[in-house]
Amino acid sequence: MTASAEHTPATGGDRVYRHRTGTRLWHWTTVLTFVVMLMSGLMIFNAHPRLYWGQYGANPDYAWMEIGNDDRRGYLRVGNIDVTTTGVLGINNTQDGELTARAFPWWSTIPSNYNLARARLWHLTFAWVLALTMTAYLIGTLFGRHRRDLLPAKGEARPGHIWRDIKDHARLRFPRGEAAARYNILQKLTYLTVLLVLFPGMILTGLTMSPNLNAKLPFLLDLFGGRQSARSLHFIFAFGLVGFVVIHLVMVVLAGPINEVRSMLTGWFRLPKEKDQ
Amino acid sequence: MSLITRRRLITGLGYTALAGTAGGLAVSPAFRDLVLKGGETLSYNTHRLVGRDALVREYSEAEMSPDFRTNGSTAGSTDEWLAGRDNGFANWQLGVSGLVAQPAQFSLDALRSMPARTQITRHDCVEGWSAIGKWTGVPLSEVLERVQPKPNANYVVFRCADRMGLSLYYESIDMVDAYHPQTILAYGMNDQTLPVGHGAPIRLRVERQLGYKNAKYIMQIELVESLDGIAGGKGGYWEDRGYEWYAGI
Repeated sequence: MTASAEHTPATGGDRVYRHRTGTRLWHWTTVLTFVVMLMSGLMIFNAHPRLYWGQYGANPDYAWMEIGNDDRRGYLRVGNIDVTTTGVLGINNTQDGELTARAFPWWSTIPSNYNLARARLWHLTFAWVLALTMTAYLIGTLFGRHRRDLLPAKGEARPGHIWRDIKDHARLRFPRGEAAARYNILQKLTYLTVLLVLFPGMILTGLTMSPNLNAKLPFLLDLFGGRQSARSLHFIFAFGLVGFVVIHLVMVVLAGPINEVRSMLTGWFRLPKEKDQ
Repeated sequence: MSLITRRRLITGLGYTALAGTAGGLAVSPAFRDLVLKGGETLSYNTHRLVGRDALVREYSEAEMSPDFRTNGSTAGSTDEWLAGRDNGFANWQLGVSGLVAQPAQFSLDALRSMPARTQITRHDCVEGWSAIGKWTGVPLSEVLERVQPKPNANYVVFRCADRMGLSLYYESIDMVDAYHPQTILAYGMNDQTLPVGHGAPIRLRVERQLGYKNAKYIMQIELVESLDGIAGGKGGYWEDRGYEWYAGI
């Protein structure tokens, strides 16, 4: 995101160059990678739809979260809370309309049939793409101009300012004019959480599940409290990212989808007109 | 203006590559297989490049799973194995052959009289679960030392007595894992004789790889130059059915 090249400040209605080439290419690469990683990950989860805390965890051990079925009833259980999810989770239809006992349904997985071997190939190949592009992007951001776009400016991190921004978002009052060329504080905090917590957490918990990397990088087991804890956190971070994507898409739609998507494709963004314009 | 042109060029090339990759993955099975093979190749080579001798964590007795589940096959099914089970594997012999200077047979007592190693390690199934158990056995390196592998031996193949459907189980590992100090032929588990459900009389413990590499009910060990021509040619029962040969991830 760059400020407009002209020296006169941009106003509502002006076109400004908002997203650099690197950001845009990384964005769409991440869209593809994230979809593949998530959907193949759900298929891998289907092979053992139970989550544990600690170093070990298998069928005889207590699972804090489980997707399963009993008596033709599909359920999601988290701790002691049991929700009936027949038709979606635990029991659902295959692509051919056959009732099947499976945690996540066919339309949410890659491949859409039950195939752990294939899902692992997708997941562990695209893991390389995700890890390499994410590392390159983080290094580029940390040492490049994009850092200034993402870090809160002076005064922005004050509780008063954040609270006002929350109220504005709740009333769907989005920045107009020149302010719309920059990220607002909620956007900054969200992007920083995604970039510095969720994605690195996703990658590191993924690495912790590799038995060979456990030998090379034993501190990862201590960082996350064991392989099964890392597996649970991997799942939690993944759904944190799903939550982010949902909010992100809703905001794009509310803020003007054509202008927003075009700016992420071409870089150029038309500033929303000021109220008094 | 040249900046804009270069920027447009990079953007155009980037989008073309991205759309081409996504489209290729969606429509071309050959391209898909080529790309999907990439992850395993990258992981295997990276893991062999850095820290190839690193040891896995060994846990304390207090950290062991209270109940170590069995999975896969829970008994052998060949006549030889069934006869062995009925007499405590008294006549069972582990044959070691292939690309070795001195092919040999080892009885269970012979293996037990070799230097032993006991390790409390974590077993990770490809499905996602883990169990921690205590394994006692002879390091595979001790056995290899006695048979003298030839320089062109690249893989150690384990032929097993359990059948999955019609096929006999088998597995293979490279020489790096074969000589790794924690790679053992286990004849004991949790201070007991290795139970039938866990692979009696001996099973492989190759601690830096997933469960399916840890072959049970081993009857024969063979050193080979290439995995081609053995069963489906992919180096293992599950590998022949699409799973990665390198299961360090």
